[in-house]
Amino acid sequence: MSGLRVVAAGFAPTIQDLGRPHVQHLGVPPSGALDPVALAIANAMVGNPPGAAALELRVMGPTLEVEADSARVALVGTVAALEVQGERGGPVDSNRSVRFGRGTKFRIGGLSDTGVAYLAVEGGIDVPEIYGSRATYTRSQIGGIEGRAVKDGDLLPLAQDSVGERSEMKCPSLDWARVSGPIRVVLGPQDDFFSDDSIAGLFAETYTCTREADRMGIRLDGPALTHVKGHDIVSDGIVTGAIQVPGNGMPILLLADHQTTGGYPKVGTVISADVPRLGRLRPGDEICFEQVSVEDAQAARAELEAARAKVIDRFERAGAWLDEAALYRENLVSGVVGPMD
Amino acid sequence: MPPATADETSKAPRFLAAGDTAVVVEFGTVVDRAINRRVTSLGRALRAAEMAGIVDLVPTFRSLMVHYDPTVVRRAAIEDKVNALLPDLSDEATGGRLWRVPTLYGGEYGPDLADVAERTGMTPEKVVEIHSGGTYECYMMGFMPGLGYLGILPDELALPRRTEPRVRVPGGSVSIATNLTNIYTKESPGGWHLLGRTPIELFDLRRDEPILLNAGDSVQFYEIDEATYREMRARADEGDPVIEPQEIDQAGDGA
Repeated sequence: MSGLRVVAAGFAPTIQDLGRPHVQHLGVPPSGALDPVALAIANAMVGNPPGAAALELRVMGPTLEVEADSARVALVGTVAALEVQGERGGPVDSNRSVRFGRGTKFRIGGLSDTGVAYLAVEGGIDVPEIYGSRATYTRSQIGGIEGRAVKDGDLLPLAQDSVGERSEMKCPSLDWARVSGPIRVVLGPQDDFFSDDSIAGLFAETYTCTREADRMGIRLDGPALTHVKGHDIVSDGIVTGAIQVPGNGMPILLLADHQTTGGYPKVGTVISADVPRLGRLRPGDEICFEQVSVEDAQAARAELEAARAKVIDRFERAGAWLDEAALYRENLVSGVVGPMD
Repeated sequence: MPPATADETSKAPRFLAAGDTAVVVEFGTVVDRAINRRVTSLGRALRAAEMAGIVDLVPTFRSLMVHYDPTVVRRAAIEDKVNALLPDLSDEATGGRLWRVPTLYGGEYGPDLADVAERTGMTPEKVVEIHSGGTYECYMMGFMPGLGYLGILPDELALPRRTEPRVRVPGGSVSIATNLTNIYTKESPGGWHLLGRTPIELFDLRRDEPILLNAGDSVQFYEIDEATYREMRARADEGDPVIEPQEIDQAGDGA
């Protein structure tokens, strides 16, 4: 079978696509990419549809070896480089596509600038679909490889054994991933469970992302919210981006692996245009919230979709992955062809 | 749980924003059979309407969460559709399927049976008789894939959750808490009282339909002995669903 061999997994990457949001009525969490925008851009770079299954990286990337005649990959969402190992190796910039031959071994180091990045592969990672999605939900062992994070020795299966030669693509700027400003929030569904002062505080104060963060959610630290009608509700539905507040008053941002229903009141909901930003958050990051209306949220979502399309429209051709300086150095050392000839 | 007032079951639902990708249609704030049937009924009617842009419909005890794609449909259009469907919603149990779930009660399979008997002032046999004598409606799915909240449990068996939740509840455990009963689909932490265990798998990824239960279905439990448990368990281990539902369709579409 053709694939990418996981020489070293790094920080438990998972196979993700756009998830299975249509079976939440059976108690199955939506899962899927924490940052669907970066996933779509990564996929576009290697010629895939936006929701093809890719590797979602957090904290520290893997070392992979190509066990196919050739494969085309793109690392998107981070400034971290992709480092090709071996004598003819060297760094390959992220946010570009690159074609590797059999046996090429490459490593992705620490992600210092984001909570999440994607390694897309032309043709997608070919694991079985569960409810129409390949996304991994580790808590219930659904999707991906045996329902778990990728580990050392795994083979990430590829549908095709080789990829054609063509111009490689690059994304000239990471601006789409560097949105600043407050995280926008629509109040509700249970804002009436909180004091007016608490809600005013939520939009005035700064909150810090704690280390208690995973694909299910991020616990925040900051001024506690005060419940005025208790902290239990009869369970109702949960949407990605919900800001749930348990008894201790500390908000939790719920991400793609959230349970489908729950019994804590939710003071507000992060708008869908800002949900990808939540995925990029890292422990220690400070965030502020801004209240917007549903209409504002819909407009922001339309803007985000347009911005995403523009990024993809403006891909530029990328050159060979080996930078010239490295070639010169190698040639000078070997003395085969001198640059001054 | 406080009983629902007549006002709570008859009034029009509240529409609550859950950001720009979901709207909550809230029929009440309590666990109540009539409220839940209206939720289930609306869920089925909206599903049958096949409205473009609706991603999923998640019924809960007292509300329906409508997940939608804001690039395809606006919340106002969903509210209009819901309002148009309201006059035809039913307070009766219609549609759905009946599942008869084999259960081995007591012993190591139901380690809380004796305790439940003691706390409710009954013999273990009487607890089993009452639990297996009821027909429970599946109010909602949640907590983990394939887990249904089933009710209403007779008052004689209503107990609060355990003060110390278990770190590991085995998959298949048939349990009770408050006025509800459920079946844990997979091993997990849990605070409910364990009466027994079913050999069947309510969630098995090897099947075309991995999850058996759905909101609006009905469930009955029946007692089996250990030999039957082992025989059924062996079949379940091979991916056999073992049980088949009975359609109790009257007017619903079984969605």
